[in-house]
Amino acid sequence: MFKVKVYVTLRESVLDPQGKAVTQSLNSLNYQEVTDVRIGKYMELTIEKSERDLDEVINEICTKLLANPVIEDYRYEVEECVAQ
Amino acid sequence: MKFAVIVFPGSNCDVDMYHSIKDELGEEVEYVWHDTESLEGFDGILLPGGFSYGDYLRTGAIARFSKVMKEVVKAAEAGKPVLGVCNGFQILLEAGLLPGAMRRNESLSFICKPVELIVENNQTMFTAEYQPGESITIPVAHGEGNYYCDEEMLEKLRANNQIVFTYQQNPNGSLADIAGITNEKGNVLGMMPHPERAVDGLLGSADGLKLFQSIVKSWREAHVVNA
Repeated sequence: MFKVKVYVTLRESVLDPQGKAVTQSLNSLNYQEVTDVRIGKYMELTIEKSERDLDEVINEICTKLLANPVIEDYRYEVEECVAQ
Repeated sequence: MKFAVIVFPGSNCDVDMYHSIKDELGEEVEYVWHDTESLEGFDGILLPGGFSYGDYLRTGAIARFSKVMKEVVKAAEAGKPVLGVCNGFQILLEAGLLPGAMRRNESLSFICKPVELIVENNQTMFTAEYQPGESITIPVAHGEGNYYCDEEMLEKLRANNQIVFTYQQNPNGSLADIAGITNEKGNVLGMMPHPERAVDGLLGSADGLKLFQSIVKSWREAHVVNA
């Protein structure tokens, strides 16, 4: 059993209107040192061991559904865990 | 001509679309549920607006994997007219039937108001009844209509005249003021404004009706003898 943590973010080249609004808000709260905020999604997947290669499965899931490759990038971390 | 209005869980402009075709246009139309496995017998496919699957994950991301979408892809490949409005446009983008993607509106607000569009290309099966450069008023109602594609794709869209509608005053930050685009072949149109909400003067504008009339005219010219 694996716990997979997936992070989906907008690509660097794509303007993030939410991130921009949050940056402005932080600046107006006097956090001038904050120059950029990028907002993304965090997902936790629980995946059972199977015959297929885990990385292959995760990459397939991410490009097919969890992220839109036109505007988003993704990365993930895998933790092995004991079934509950 | 017989139209299909595809209904997903969360579609909410399906009834307006149906009304436009049946009552305003006077053509045949049927609702088609998202898990239908055949679109045989339909000449035109309409994907209405709404919030399919609650817009979970991304707008259109889940609807794009509905059973019926395989049939929509087939219809598009066969050259049948496919129109996606608002959430329908977002589904077509996610399905890869149109290039690009949608981001949240620049203002982060949901925008619901009539907007003025320019008909950039009237040489399509969706716009032949409009004048080139005609200014039309059609309402928008969306939170994610901020169209994006990369530079290379934008050049392609321009070179192939795939940008069909632009906003006169950009409400959402979309790239190059884009309000509606077609695929390369010209038989799939996605647009954020709602032509089905502008089919009668009583609704504030009838400028959307010509879009549906264009589809029927083009279909008749191709399929009906002595049209």
